[in-house]
Amino acid sequence: MAIVTYRDALNQALREEMQRDPDVFLMGEEVGVYQGAYKVSRGLLEEFGPMRVVDTPITELGFAGVGVGAAMVGLRPVVEFMTWNFALLAIDQLVNSAAKIRYMSGGQVGVPAVFRGPGGAALQLGAQHSQAFESYYAHIPGLKVVMPATPADAKGLLKSAIRDDDPVVFIEGEMLYNLKGDVPDGDHVIPLGVADVKRPGRDVTIVCHSKTVSVALKAAEQLAEEEVDAEVLDLRTIRPMDTQAVLSAVGRTHRCVVAEEGWPFAGVGAQVVDVIQREVFDELDAPVLRVTGADVPMPYNKHLEKAAKVDPARVVAAVHAVLYRD
Amino acid sequence: MAGTAAPRARTRRSGLDPARADEYRGWLRQMVLIRRFEEKAGEAYSLGKIGGFCHLYIGQEAVAVGSLAVLRSDDYITCSYREHGHALARGIPARAVMAELFGKAPGCSGGKGGSMHLIDASLGFLGGHGIVGAHIPLTTGMAFAAKYRNTDQVAVCYFGEAAVNNGAFHEALNMAALWKLPAIYICENNRYGMGTALERASAIYDISERACSYDMANEVVDGQDVLVMHAAMERAVERARKQKHPTLLEVRTYRFMGHSMSDPIHGHYRTREEVEDQRKRDPIAVWSQRLIEDGLTDQPAVKALDKEIVEEVEDAYRFAEEAPDPEPGELYTHVYANP
Ligand SMILES: Cc1ncc(C[n+]2csc(CCOP(=O)(O)OP(=O)(O)O)c2C)c(N)n1
Ligand SMILES: [Mg+2]
Repeated sequence: MAIVTYRDALNQALREEMQRDPDVFLMGEEVGVYQGAYKVSRGLLEEFGPMRVVDTPITELGFAGVGVGAAMVGLRPVVEFMTWNFALLAIDQLVNSAAKIRYMSGGQVGVPAVFRGPGGAALQLGAQHSQAFESYYAHIPGLKVVMPATPADAKGLLKSAIRDDDPVVFIEGEMLYNLKGDVPDGDHVIPLGVADVKRPGRDVTIVCHSKTVSVALKAAEQLAEEEVDAEVLDLRTIRPMDTQAVLSAVGRTHRCVVAEEGWPFAGVGAQVVDVIQREVFDELDAPVLRVTGADVPMPYNKHLEKAAKVDPARVVAAVHAVLYRD
Repeated sequence: MAGTAAPRARTRRSGLDPARADEYRGWLRQMVLIRRFEEKAGEAYSLGKIGGFCHLYIGQEAVAVGSLAVLRSDDYITCSYREHGHALARGIPARAVMAELFGKAPGCSGGKGGSMHLIDASLGFLGGHGIVGAHIPLTTGMAFAAKYRNTDQVAVCYFGEAAVNNGAFHEALNMAALWKLPAIYICENNRYGMGTALERASAIYDISERACSYDMANEVVDGQDVLVMHAAMERAVERARKQKHPTLLEVRTYRFMGHSMSDPIHGHYRTREEVEDQRKRDPIAVWSQRLIEDGLTDQPAVKALDKEIVEEVEDAYRFAEEAPDPEPGELYTHVYANP
């Protein structure tokens, strides 16, 4: 075990996978000479050279397509978007090319590519640079969507994503890069599609992912002071979702709150609520509640921004509500 | 006027090389196969046996045939949705193509792709793409893979002239030139994107000039003359394979049919006279005439060839009709490699 940042854990995963498999390469804006807009690719150009750490022009649609094409003929590109805000220009390549080619070809051609970069609410970056898009991609059959919340998960899940034969949308928490945590030594690999109980508890389950995991853990600490024992379940992979983990958690605690940074309408939490009411309706002692980002473009003003974001107080309030406490 | 298909003056009139007679006759065979296949597909569409969109290649046969003949079996090819002809010229059997149009299990994409998504990975034939321009960056990626692996494969992309106004075209060609990739971009300028004439959509009319923005080699090619097409493609392939430089070929051609099966032949956007005038340079007539003039075939042989091909297409049609649909369980296969 070593204590490393989320950023460096991602860097380790990239380095180790590029050492392991010569077909793995990294491409994107500022990944090479500049060492990455968020320094995730620090040192990789020096180690692997410009053919494997490729600086691209500002052409999200173009280089996402280049990655898909290279993957169609067997390379394993890791395509970095400086942030997922800019990946909207490339969404056609993810939805119409990457996600569909296996199906349209009757299984002949796959796209073993990873599309990664930071997403989620940031700090006073305003409406165009501070948003959560996981539900966009999770909507698409053919894509997998992975969102690590800790350094250990960041490393283990990125390694799995690179080794996976399907296109993976890997959304890193923009506010998590400096987060420190234990990362196991050696070839630390975490399978996709497996949720993780970040804190066990008996009274209520808080389902969360990415940045909202730390929010939920803080909320759980506060709840502990009032003798409420909250379980924190980190989805880790949005699609395929570990519904079994969600259902058995609800079977244990009978109450559930879903927290996410994205907007409420057709969000990830809606999917979680759907599966719970369908499969374990009789286990519920209260309706499932959702805590989401406010249903508005992200405001710049500090106070308004704070009001728009998910925070521990709002999670605590939702838990109180499902426990029918005042 | 720029953008006019088939500048006649460019047709070269050097004598044909008798040593290549078999190759020349092979091109004629492929063009006739595409023509007869497309006519049959149009008929099947009208009978409701083919669903969705169906874009015929009639009039443009020399482009696919002349250019694909230059490629090696390990090269990569992508196309737009108007790709029946390219699929046949690349060697996907007529039965597998027709069965795919019918959505049947033995279709080249298992019946799950359809007319716009013909794919045969074993031939490097990687689609059949339905979003205008989107496959251009994919091809740049395939050329990137060839360079990455240090092979001498080339990647070839076919698209219509309307795609050059799209951002994906610009982004993909810029990167190919920037990174010196073995890619060949073949713009089949048939003068129209659906009902929009080139001059109503593009600020410049000579598409080949777009390559200048990327310092990329380029040529204007007469797409109604298979020999001219072949020669231009040889130069482009040589440049890609040996010098690792991309090329943009603007191929002037013309579609004799409507944009898709639901579009009448001339519609409101072009006149009957224009279509009839263009039909005078039917690529099949041009080439068979040439072979006859040079004594490399004769009228009875051309007739016999046609008869043989009509039978081959009928066989493909019967095969497609009798072929089974995909099993219902196929609905959920091939979404993921590892679900
Ligand atoms: C991005 C996108 N926009 C619009 C369409 C609808 N559409 C299909 S074909 C076409 C015209 C394309 O013309 P061109 O590129 O010249 O090819 P051609 O059909 O002449 O072979 C249009 C607008 C589409 N498929 N994709
Ligand atoms: Mg056109």
